[in-house]
Amino acid sequence: MSNLKNLTGPLSANNPVIVQILGICSALAVTVKMEPAFVMGISVMVVTAFANLVMSLLRNGIPSRIRIIVQLVVIAALVIIVDQVLKAFVYDVSKQLSVYVGLIITNCIIMGRVEAYALGNKPWDSFLDGIGNGLGYAAILLIVAFFRELFGSGTVFNIRIIPESWYIANGGFYSNVGIMLFPPMALIIVGVIIWVHRSFNKDLQEK
Amino acid sequence: METLNLFIRSIFIDNMVFAFFFGMCSYIAVSKSVKTALGLGAAVTFVMAMTVPLNYLLNEYVLAPNALVEGVDLSFLTFIVFIAVIASFVQLVEMIVEKYSPSLYNQLGIFLPLIAVNCAIMGGSLFMQQKVVSGEIDGLWQSIVYGVGSGLGWWLAIVMMAAIRERLQYSHIPSALKGPGIAFIITGLMGIAFMIFSGIKL
Repeated sequence: MSNLKNLTGPLSANNPVIVQILGICSALAVTVKMEPAFVMGISVMVVTAFANLVMSLLRNGIPSRIRIIVQLVVIAALVIIVDQVLKAFVYDVSKQLSVYVGLIITNCIIMGRVEAYALGNKPWDSFLDGIGNGLGYAAILLIVAFFRELFGSGTVFNIRIIPESWYIANGGFYSNVGIMLFPPMALIIVGVIIWVHRSFNKDLQEK
Repeated sequence: METLNLFIRSIFIDNMVFAFFFGMCSYIAVSKSVKTALGLGAAVTFVMAMTVPLNYLLNEYVLAPNALVEGVDLSFLTFIVFIAVIASFVQLVEMIVEKYSPSLYNQLGIFLPLIAVNCAIMGGSLFMQQKVVSGEIDGLWQSIVYGVGSGLGWWLAIVMMAAIRERLQYSHIPSALKGPGIAFIITGLMGIAFMIFSGIKL
């Protein structure tokens, strides 16, 4: 049962993005549309889970002085695999993600979880912890991407939600909110998510 | 002229924080006082100014297709080579600073090793590689300019943010929004302000 907590904790109460404030770096620029956000979420989840697993297996054999370098090598190797897989199977999305796939290496969630959890816990628990944190990260990405794509382009997963006939060009009354497509709106949406989340979780509020 | 354009672009228009969200983790965590923000910004600028040209040379003579051995494309090794250069360079800087200027070492404290995982630095190198392909960076000199410019842009952003957050302590913010929430919203508003530069071309 304690394993289950590793999976569900990071979804809300201990969410890596909005509570631990980790991994924002590579997160927000991929949230213009749902599809790249989804792929990015899955990629980070895979890398976090396996980096946790590998580092947890190696944890007793690494001198602590060189552990950062070892972590970076393990993570970089995993990210290269993910990058090659993305290039092979979803080339368009991999083009959209551009340098952000490489930035998974420096994503603070992965380093953070390896440092804080995997180095002191058993492999299976660490693996689940990685999956859980990856899911929490993906959830925030998808929420942000949902609002940005719905209001910015009128679609969700490239499926049209707001009917074509509503648009001014077709004699309607509606036009897309262009500012949603710009980078600053991603930050503001995350800010609002934190606001809503902390209004319900009073123990997380500062002072 | 093109070099100047690259410099201005990398500071204001393609600002690491406002346009690409690079280095957000330390940006949010360390922007509580102007003094530490200045120190961290200087360190990041220095590391970027050194690692971007280093990675440029590696990219040009080792990683690019046909660079090392005719008919061999090593570009899939990009990530691991770049991060190894950055991590070892940060380690080196840390050791040199510790040996020759213990007072500076104590001031920077934990921020020095943290630079290795600052996305802005890795991002700078990866963007440099993209810009070499697209022809925007041509030659070692321009890669140095790009590294310095991106670092300065990040420095500018974190100092501005720290200054605003120092003043923010006197304002009444809804308690759920205090801390990271308001920091994100302010960064977003600053990003909108920085969009004003987007039309400028020298």
